[in-house]
Amino acid sequence: MSLSGWFQIVFYFALLLLITRPLGAYMARVYEGERTFLSRFLRPAENLIFRFCRVDEEWEMNWKEYSLALIAFSLVSGVALFFLQRLQGYLPLNPQDLPGVDSPDYTGSSFNTAVSFMTNTNWQGYGGETTMTYLTQMMGLTYQNFFSAAVGMSVAIALIRGIARRETDHIGNFWVDTVRGALYVLLPASLILALLLVSQGVVQNLNPYETATLADESTMAQIGNESGSGDSVELKQAVNTQTIAQGPAASQIAIKQLGTNGGGFFNVNSSHPFENPTPFSNLLQLFAILLIPAAFTYTLGRMVGSQKHGWAVFGAMASLFLAGVIVSYWAESRSNPLFPGNVDQIASETSPGGNMEGKETRFGIANSVLWATATTAASNGSVNSMHDSYTPLGGLVPLANILLGEVIFGGVGAGMYGMLVFIILTVFIAGLMVGRTPEYLGKKIEAFEMKMVVIAILVMPLFILSFTAISVLMPEAGLSSRNNLGPHGLTEILYAFSSGAGNNGSAFAGLNANTLWYNTTIGLSMLFGRFFIILPVLAIAGNMAAKKRVPSGAGTFPVTTPLFAVLLVGVVLIVGALTFFPVLSLGPILEQFLMSSGESF
Amino acid sequence: MATKISIWNRKIITQAAMDSVLKLDPRKMMRNPVMFVVEVGALLSSLQLIRGLIVEVPGSGGSSFETQITFWLWFTVLFANFAEAMAEGRGKAQADTLRRAKSETTANLITQDGRVEQIAATELKKDDVVVVSAGEFIPGDGEVIEGVASVDESAITGESAPVIREAGGDRSAVTGGTRVLSDQIKVRITSNPGETFLDRMISLVEGASRQKTPNEIALNILLAGLTIIFLLAVVTLQPFSIYSNAPQTAIVLISLLVCLIPTTIGGLLSAIGIAGMDRLVQHNVLAMSGRAVEAAGDVNTLLLDKTGTITLGNRQASEFIALPSVDEAHLAEAAQLSSLSDETPEGRSIVVLAKEKYGLRGREIHKLGEGHKFIPFSANTRMSGVDFDEREIRKGAVDAIEHYIAPNGETAPPELQEIVERVARSGGTPLVVAENRTPLGVIYLKDIIKGGMRDRFDHLRSMGIRTVMITGDNPLTAASIAEEAGVDDFLAEATPEDKMALIRKEQAEGRLVAMAGDGTNDAPALAQADVGVAMNTGTQAAKEAGNMVDLDSNPTKLIEIVEIGKQLLMTRGALTTFSISNDVAKYFAIIPAMFMISYPQMQALNIMGLTSPTSAILSAVIFNALVIIALIPLALKGVEYRALPASKLLQKNILIYGLGGLIVPFIGIKLIDVIITSIGLV
Repeated sequence: MSLSGWFQIVFYFALLLLITRPLGAYMARVYEGERTFLSRFLRPAENLIFRFCRVDEEWEMNWKEYSLALIAFSLVSGVALFFLQRLQGYLPLNPQDLPGVDSPDYTGSSFNTAVSFMTNTNWQGYGGETTMTYLTQMMGLTYQNFFSAAVGMSVAIALIRGIARRETDHIGNFWVDTVRGALYVLLPASLILALLLVSQGVVQNLNPYETATLADESTMAQIGNESGSGDSVELKQAVNTQTIAQGPAASQIAIKQLGTNGGGFFNVNSSHPFENPTPFSNLLQLFAILLIPAAFTYTLGRMVGSQKHGWAVFGAMASLFLAGVIVSYWAESRSNPLFPGNVDQIASETSPGGNMEGKETRFGIANSVLWATATTAASNGSVNSMHDSYTPLGGLVPLANILLGEVIFGGVGAGMYGMLVFIILTVFIAGLMVGRTPEYLGKKIEAFEMKMVVIAILVMPLFILSFTAISVLMPEAGLSSRNNLGPHGLTEILYAFSSGAGNNGSAFAGLNANTLWYNTTIGLSMLFGRFFIILPVLAIAGNMAAKKRVPSGAGTFPVTTPLFAVLLVGVVLIVGALTFFPVLSLGPILEQFLMSSGESF
Repeated sequence: MATKISIWNRKIITQAAMDSVLKLDPRKMMRNPVMFVVEVGALLSSLQLIRGLIVEVPGSGGSSFETQITFWLWFTVLFANFAEAMAEGRGKAQADTLRRAKSETTANLITQDGRVEQIAATELKKDDVVVVSAGEFIPGDGEVIEGVASVDESAITGESAPVIREAGGDRSAVTGGTRVLSDQIKVRITSNPGETFLDRMISLVEGASRQKTPNEIALNILLAGLTIIFLLAVVTLQPFSIYSNAPQTAIVLISLLVCLIPTTIGGLLSAIGIAGMDRLVQHNVLAMSGRAVEAAGDVNTLLLDKTGTITLGNRQASEFIALPSVDEAHLAEAAQLSSLSDETPEGRSIVVLAKEKYGLRGREIHKLGEGHKFIPFSANTRMSGVDFDEREIRKGAVDAIEHYIAPNGETAPPELQEIVERVARSGGTPLVVAENRTPLGVIYLKDIIKGGMRDRFDHLRSMGIRTVMITGDNPLTAASIAEEAGVDDFLAEATPEDKMALIRKEQAEGRLVAMAGDGTNDAPALAQADVGVAMNTGTQAAKEAGNMVDLDSNPTKLIEIVEIGKQLLMTRGALTTFSISNDVAKYFAIIPAMFMISYPQMQALNIMGLTSPTSAILSAVIFNALVIIALIPLALKGVEYRALPASKLLQKNILIYGLGGLIVPFIGIKLIDVIITSIGLV
């Protein structure tokens, strides 16, 4: 750990704190349909879209209509993306002549990717530059980056409305919310960010890939089968050229970060020099990851009329986030006990010290752990270092962030509504202790809400634990994909399903998930992890909107105090820890103990 | 029935112990998902144990360990059943006293053709008319339609002084099981057999027909959800253990599951609910549903009648204010003389005040000498007084006296006007005294506010509850009393319609309203209020409309009812928090124990330093069972309640039950580990 490392972490966080209020207030205005400084330019476009799509912006939906519109929209988008991938070989903007995804043999990759981008997960079982044509990247993936994000934001706004309104069935119009989110929030921000990224050297073109001749010829060793004989032998191959991938990267990367999508243009995501070339581009992208999720706390406060409550939620999220950064930074900066004693692992002018495996030297440990924490806290899933190479404890932080339900800022919108589910739970458990039946901002929490909350918190454990358990019992389909044995192998599988069900999309790496089994099961995890939370959340929104609002007073449960923030953190941690402690104890925790005694996998 | 029944009543405990075994019936256990899972777990481990006796089961932790775990699992279920049975037992004891009041009586039914026929009380139907004479028990709830009688209601109220019940007016309701002491009344029965409020109350405190309350249902959903999550966590742990080459025995997994699911709150939840109803009964309040008790905790606005609730029922003389020309003692003497035969509380208070302040002994009437003549109050003159020895003393409202001293319309002296106005403004009632048609001064009759009301209203305010005083007084007087009593608001010159409108307005703003009432004209408001407490002395209509009846007919009790509701909810919340926090320690006991043998490094997680894997698991299971027993008194008594703002209450309870729930099991499990190791159980 170094002073400059800490400074970068603090500086980053200060930036985030600064933007929360103005952006949060702006978003509240956008969703309330008020005029903003961008209305002059965007309002005509908005009107055009509404007129073209025959959307009456004054007409509002009840929660069932809202859900139906959302499902229909997602389904159509997902199916379109599926076919776009399958047919991309016949479509234009394909300078590399890439074939359709999943051809000739279907391995579930196109299903997985369609679901992945539709659910704002952006789990990638494929490598971008070797799989997707420019058309698929732009029309399929970038489109989804915008709209899966906008959909998530709409759900959060609908829930906030449900809490804020009283005695009404209506929670807003899905089409209006989604168009506004994309048009007023995501599009302008992406435009600015994309331009800034281009200025740093992120590529944006439609060129075919370049081929460079290597100055240093190298040899690549590969285990494989020599034709004819069945034995595996080591094949040596001389390498003297390198293919340098190109493409419209900047425009996709901007929204990938802003929309907490995280799906990389290139396979190695934001550790690729064309995707994230400089420390400044790194800061910009880091900032973009948590920008909207953090601002949502202010939007919440503004729309429910209790700004202090918004800040209390921000406080709870921020403390969980910073705790993760601190643990991860500490774990990664420590010397690795597996190295012999004569290896110098102390940070100095010339050496970063600690565990640099899987990290880019241009980012170092501080920016890698900060990114790893932010990207998993926010269900973003882009990476600038390989989480698989972290120490067990350092890798536990990203995994834990996901397992806690993606509510530490969380995905755009998704983090907010996920956290609201936990807030309702907190209010229910602790609220009774003030001697009233639980109420959240004047809305009574009753059996129906609890039913929906229970469904929402059950989804993640159900899919993560069951699929991981089934996978470890299947030597062929499940275990053979691991890169490592022992507890580390377990963590790899657990991480994959967590990333899917949590709609995070980051890969622990080290697991070959591009198999029929993993493509399908992770695809299902993403699908259920998204919609089995959205539907209960919208039901809560509808049910709460219909309720009377009890005026708050000295006798009502306080949701604006630091004590509330502490309680919220406690409930998030306890629910997450109690659910996943057993499996974690056999994964990263056991691995940490074994590593300390000199065993590795 | 007002007697408190101790928790540690031997008879109740014995009965509860027996009931807890009977409650093992899975059909009954199904009602409680958490404990049902424990029962299934106990059953499975018993089967495993029996199998182990017949065939060798490899990898078991030794049959002594398995036997002990199995026993403790059964104990866990039994302890939870015991808690519920204890609560029901106490309720039954209360119900028995209630039932005694309902003992078999015969009724003198007046048939259609006017004959009197003797039938059993249980055969009475609604609208039957019975006649009850002195010394007989009233056979059912009803309304007096003819006659006046003094009635001994001690059987249900515990109050020994007889009360008057008469036809018409607000004191016409009679309760089955009470006894007529004098006279004869005709009673129209108002409820069918089995539906009297005694019947309803009995079934409520017994818990047999107890319906779960809305909040209890919601909490049960959460507990069931947590149980499913832990079931998932434990069931999937076996594949992970197999993967890690450390497969677990079924009994260890069952132990982990039982420790993790919220057995503490799951086992005590229904006991808490029954005990809450019970506490109301101990306060002599009968609630018609558990829902009403929960609503009481949520009340935002209390509507309190001024008279009888905030002030003592009657005004009292508090001061003699003489005209400048008159000696105050003379005024006092005249006032006393005029009130000697006035048996109203006001009249008596005048005599007492004169005696206290001026040492004027209340003279016996006969000492006044011959020829004295008391003039009783009449609606015509609106004055009362006395004539003797050439003296003619009168007292009355100012306009009546004005008319008396100056029948021709001259006005009273301005000084008198001034005093009268001053008294009225400060919330009192002025009573003018005149002697021989000359005014002497004014008696200041004051509403006396019950002791300690101000404090209670302050407490209520800090709890976020607004109090509104309802009175028929004019706004000026009402404002002054409201200020003195410390209520938040008042409704003056209130008609029943005003009251209703106020309740509707509060409810429209999302508030929950509680009120007490006794008259028939209160009935609509009682029905409209979220918590309507009818006075037992009130009319049957009022009792039917409200959702609680106060047997003591003390409207101030509304405040206690609210507190009992809050305490019930707090107890539930506190034990839920405690139960969930407990799991942290249990993980630290069981998880290292499960994997220590395959991975000795896991010892690092054994932060309690428990002796061995078997002792660790056994200790956690024993702790889990014992904590239910340990918390039974708390569940039955309710957590300590103090009137504090929500934020302070929360802070306090989080500290005790949240943080406490985190720490206590670490200590408890360690202690149990030390004990079972030292006596060689493992």
